[in-house]
Amino acid sequence: MITLNNVSKTYTTKDGEVHALRDVSLTIEKGDIFGIIGMSGAGKSTLVRCLNFLERPTSGAVLVDGKDLSLLGEKQLRAERRNIGMIFQHFNLLMQKNVTDNICFPLRIAGTSKAAARKRAEELLEIVGLTDKASAYPIQLSGGQKQRVAIARALATNPKILLCDEATSALDPQTTKAILALLKEINEKYGITIVIITHEMAVVREICNRVGIIGDGRLVEHGSVLDVFSHPQSQEAKELVLRTNNENPDLVETLETRNCVRIVFSENSSYEPVIANMVLRFGSPVNILKADTKNVSGIARGEMILGLPEDREIARGMIKYLKERNLAVEEVTGYVG
Amino acid sequence: MWDKAVIEMIIRGIGETLYMTLASTLLGYLFGLPLGVALAVTDKTGIKPNAVVYKVLDFISNIIRSIPFLILLIVLIPFTRAIVGKSYGSTATIVPLVVAATPFIGRMIESSLKEVDGGVIEAAQSMGAGPFTIIFRVLLVEARTSILVGATIAIGTILGYSAMAGTVGGGGLGDIAIRYGYHRYQADIMIVTVILLIVLVQIFQTVGMYISNKLDRRKR
Repeated sequence: MITLNNVSKTYTTKDGEVHALRDVSLTIEKGDIFGIIGMSGAGKSTLVRCLNFLERPTSGAVLVDGKDLSLLGEKQLRAERRNIGMIFQHFNLLMQKNVTDNICFPLRIAGTSKAAARKRAEELLEIVGLTDKASAYPIQLSGGQKQRVAIARALATNPKILLCDEATSALDPQTTKAILALLKEINEKYGITIVIITHEMAVVREICNRVGIIGDGRLVEHGSVLDVFSHPQSQEAKELVLRTNNENPDLVETLETRNCVRIVFSENSSYEPVIANMVLRFGSPVNILKADTKNVSGIARGEMILGLPEDREIARGMIKYLKERNLAVEEVTGYVG
Repeated sequence: MWDKAVIEMIIRGIGETLYMTLASTLLGYLFGLPLGVALAVTDKTGIKPNAVVYKVLDFISNIIRSIPFLILLIVLIPFTRAIVGKSYGSTATIVPLVVAATPFIGRMIESSLKEVDGGVIEAAQSMGAGPFTIIFRVLLVEARTSILVGATIAIGTILGYSAMAGTVGGGGLGDIAIRYGYHRYQADIMIVTVILLIVLVQIFQTVGMYISNKLDRRKR
């Protein structure tokens, strides 16, 4: 559906060149909910804007549905953008137009008649559950409602792709969940490919099936969410996976000073009391610093962070023991905070 | 003193002032609106950045705005004569008024348009809107209250400028105030005309703010 081939984007500023994207190659399949995650400034916003050419890559090709966007003229590009909806962190609704007119806007500029546009707006309001707000103005809506309007507006022209740029970052956790559920529903019902830009692992875990991790302009890791969550390879991925717990921002700092591992249980490893057996076997206690069950792409995954004994020999033995039992084990020590 | 002739003169003064102010504002927007749009669009943060066009328009607007109106009025006499056929009277005053008002209005339009949230423009671009669609259906619509507030300021300023029309025999209330109050020491006539000018400015201001508030949808 979307293919990026060696996409780079360089900005020239007064202080020299800034490499926002470096040689990113990526394929997003039809029907995917693809998460692009990274710290702020990593280049993810630039990346998503390259997908509809709001930003023109300095080099490399972006193919959407087989069409190379760089080969399209201004007019064709504008027409192509009608196949790619986009929603934003700050909603970006027209403040002087009411909800219905906001949703009609992309249709009207595409040349649809007023009556047909209004009819489509009614359908969309039904989908996003805001039928009663049809003639309200954006100022009268809550953040979640504004994002629903933005989603309806982005879907008005029946796009095949929906780009979400930090779409839930300005919303509270409960509203975030509701908006993510709506996006998932749209993906399943209408088969729209969704690309989600976020800095929160929780968002990716909640609805994405695939994920790409961006660090310093590079795509450092990508794959199924389940794989990346269980076996993060890159520093960036490990950090993001560990930082999921917002309520525990100091955790990473604490862990760095200790001899810790993070283990992930899959469904078949939960039968044996692994930790208890391990403690008996080595005759040395471990410290359970954190234990949690998370919903990763709809599958329950147990996650635990263990503080291992000071003795390097025993610690190494324990890691080996855990790995032999098919658990995903990651050493936490040495994470860059 | 307050005979029929004086009262008639004052009424004619009101008419001339309104004529000059409203006609100049209207024509000022006819030229100033495109100028302001061009400035906002070609600036480096605009939707079609063009350094050359921006610099040229920017330079011309600044030069005209730096010339005191009284001097502009005199400098433009040949130009005025070429356009309206004579260099005195209310209609002739409209020419320099428009010349002075256009860059002023252009600047206000530019700043109103720049207040429009860049995110909204980006959203429109993501929907496939071209530059003209963005100008007419996003920028001018989203900025309309700010533009109207600017218009009330512009009317007030142009009304003030029109008072100098007396220099070229343009008439109007300002002319009466200077001729009677200053040259003939008839303070009472001057006070009346000044009060009338204040009332006119108040009316324009009140009506302008009322309309712009009415049109603003950013209120709960």
